[in-house]
This record gives sequence, C-alpha cells and structure tokens, in this order.
Amino acid sequence: MAASWSTIDCDVHANVPGMQALLPYLDDQWRDSVIDRGLNSLESINYPPNAPLTARADWRGKSGQPADNVDTLRAQALDRWNIDIAICNCLYGVQLLFSEDMAAAFAKAINDWVAKEWLDRDPRLRASIVVPMQNTDYAVAEIERCAPDSRFVQVLVLAMGEAPLGRREYWPVFEAAQRHGLPIGIHAGSSYRHPVTSLGWPSWYAEDYCAQAQGFQAQVASLVCEGVFAKYPALKVVLIESGVTWLPAFLWRLTKFWRGVRAEVPWVGRPPYEIVRDHVRLTIQPFDGPNEPEAVARLVDQLQSDDMLLFSSDFPHWQFDGDEIMPRGIPQRLHTKIKRDNALATYARLATAAA
Amino acid sequence: MARHVIAPLKEFPAGSRKLVDIRGRPIVVFNINGEFFALANRCPHQGGSLVNGTLVGLLEASEPGCYRYSRRGEIVRCPWHGWEFDLRTGKSWCEPDRVRARQFAVSIAPGATLIEGPYVAETFPVRVEDDYVVLEA
Repeated sequence: MAASWSTIDCDVHANVPGMQALLPYLDDQWRDSVIDRGLNSLESINYPPNAPLTARADWRGKSGQPADNVDTLRAQALDRWNIDIAICNCLYGVQLLFSEDMAAAFAKAINDWVAKEWLDRDPRLRASIVVPMQNTDYAVAEIERCAPDSRFVQVLVLAMGEAPLGRREYWPVFEAAQRHGLPIGIHAGSSYRHPVTSLGWPSWYAEDYCAQAQGFQAQVASLVCEGVFAKYPALKVVLIESGVTWLPAFLWRLTKFWRGVRAEVPWVGRPPYEIVRDHVRLTIQPFDGPNEPEAVARLVDQLQSDDMLLFSSDFPHWQFDGDEIMPRGIPQRLHTKIKRDNALATYARLATAAA
Repeated sequence: MARHVIAPLKEFPAGSRKLVDIRGRPIVVFNINGEFFALANRCPHQGGSLVNGTLVGLLEASEPGCYRYSRRGEIVRCPWHGWEFDLRTGKSWCEPDRVRARQFAVSIAPGATLIEGPYVAETFPVRVEDDYVVLEA
C-alpha cells in the first residue's frame, strides 16, 4: 500500500475546537474540575487565535476556527492536494500546564480525542502522541498507552520546554520512542517557562515566532552534545515547523567548535553535521528561503543530504498562498524523496500501519 | 632526508620537549617516558605552534557518561584551536584522514657510531661515550 502513496504530509494540525470537545475524553474528576474551574480553553500564545500565521484567511471558515474537524481537513487539504497520508499534530496548551497531573490528564484526553474524532474518521490520517514532558514518568506512560495503536507514528514535544531535551532526565522518553519506532517530533512552540529568546522577553509576535529557530538550534545542539544519538542510535528526530535554511550555517558553527573542545563530549565521536544528517529531519513548511530558485537550490545542496526534508503543508497555518506547498527552487529530482520516500524512511510505523 | 643529531640524550629528559630548526623547518620533538616523537611544529589546521601545546590523554566514551581515558600524555593539543594530534601517528582526532601533522623519525644513537657517519651535528660536540637523539628530516 505504501508503494502506491505519492504524497505524505508530515505536518497538519488538528485543532481542538474548545474545551467542550475534550470533556468526553477526560476522566470524571478532571471533567468536573474543568467545569468547576470554568476552564474554557487551553489556547497558547504560541498561535494567537487571530494571528495571520495561525490560519490562512480562506481556511478560517464560518467559526473563524480553522481545522477543527476532519471534514474541513479533508476538503481544504487532503482532497485538494491528493494527500495519501497526513500526520496530525495537535497543539493545545498541555505543555504549558504547571500541574504534572493535569498535563497528563489532558495529554491523554487529546490523544484519545484525536484517535476517535480524526484517525477513526479518515484512513489517511496518522497522529503524534502528545506527551506531558513536565514529568518523564508520565510522558513514558502516555507513550506506552498510545503505542499499541500503530496510527500514532511520532512523539510530539515543543521546541522550548523546561530544559534542553538532551538532558538525561528525558532519556526514558527517548528509550520508549526508539523501542516503539517513534521519532521525536519537535514542533515550534514554547511552554513559556523561559523567555523565548536568551536575551529576555521580546515585545512582539514576530520576534517570538522567529526565535523558535534559535530554540530548535539549541535543541539540536543539546541532543548532539548530550549524546542522545550515541545512546539511542536508532532514534530519529523531526524538526517540525522549524524553518530549514538556518540549519547548514548552524551545523558549520557547531562542528567547528566541537573540533576545539570535543574532549568535553567524547561520546560525540564524529562531526555533528554527520550525526544530524543521520538522525534529524525537517518539515518543509516554513522553509524560509530566498525568492530566487537558484539560491534555494544552493541552500538545499548545503544540507549535503537528500534524506532530510519531509513534505508538509503545515495546514492551516499561513505559510504559503494558493497550492504552492513545495517551496520554489527545490530541485525536481528531490520531489519524490521529499513527498514520500524520506517520510517512509523516517516514520517506521507508516508502512506498518498501512498493512 | 638527512640524519640530524639534535641533542645529547642526557640533556633531553623524559617529559621535556625541544623545538629544533632543520634547514629552516621547525620541528618539535617530545620525550614521552623515554620514547621520542617528532612532528612538524606547524599545526596543519591553522599553523599554531605545537611546541606550546598541552599534552593530554585520549578521552573516549562508549556512551554518554562512560569515560575511557587512556594514553596519558600521548596527544598534543594545539594551543590555538584545541585540535588534538596523536603523537604516534600525527593524525588529528577530528579529521584523521584529512588533517594530520607531518611526522619525523627519531632514534637514539651512541656517540661512537655518530662520529664516523655522515651526520649533521648541531652546535655541540659529539662524544663517543654518550648517547644522542637523532632526527631524520
């Protein structure tokens, strides 16, 4: 079946329309607590509801809430672009909660809601497991709970959490992910434990969203330098909605400084750019490239790997106009790899789930 | 290639190093516990002077946190950018196939054999009863 696929969209968003939608999926205690406390929403300022980026105007619909049901996703994305498989990433405020128990309860509710309201309703859909990284034990438990459903193909975390992801406290999550053939998907977003820039809080949304790229850089450096890929050699990490073009320059820098102080991290036994090329993948929206197609081709060439880019629409976020999902200038010879092959090589469960 | 007598052995003790100039080419010679190693003094990365480098061991790890430290003092770390070079091979740790320091052979020879041979002696007298450090370069 996988052989007949031509397009795998590695990042579409399944949006929670409101707290009411999750109530049936919460345990009684939490359902009553949500009503009792008057919690109407867990929206995060990662994607302010009315920000242009949060939804393209033609995808907002009557309610103003984009991509909040499977019919909309079908009509506006899957059918329109002939998507064979799409991986749903649900962004809701789970990662922002300070209560570990509450985060676990909501992660469970979201994953069950996604399975029932989205995955069950369209065989083309797969999803990432939302995990409460506030507590590693709970995160692992949620992976174990969801993993038997092979339509869950990835573990979802945010680019900016409580601590750099490479730290050993998180390793049980990577162990579980590797064991189940689940890549770690790092999606743009912050749990706002720290300012989104290392300088402090910026004033404006544009600064916040741009700063995500620095968050991704720090995560890549952390995963490499802490030796996560030495410890878990089969682990794949997907940077989702990260932008792409910053990566080559960052890897030159990281590799250069590694050469000078590599003895501090002796488990990094080869140049970081090699490790990243083997273990890290990136979705193509946004791409953040220049307008000239030749310049885009040069940037892609600087990745020095044809295996790293994964097709994504980032629906319903406003990253492109019309139907131009594939950034202009990406060489034609890479299109099949980007649209299908690289995803199949990254997400071990895609082929399994198809059986 | 010629053989150069660079020092009497007793003046080149273990743990010391010596910078010599062979026909305008600087070469650094290390005595590591009685074994001699010679490298071109110019770091092949950016030209740092290896004679001023720190001698370190080889630090490896099978996985994070599992350190394995061996061969203390057999690696010279360039003072400029920290590149490590294996004294036994001249190879850099980070780019062993691409970046390596030029090596030269060093041996110990008794003075008696040196007085007769076609050697280039430094500015010290060679005595039959002493041993000498000889560099091929």
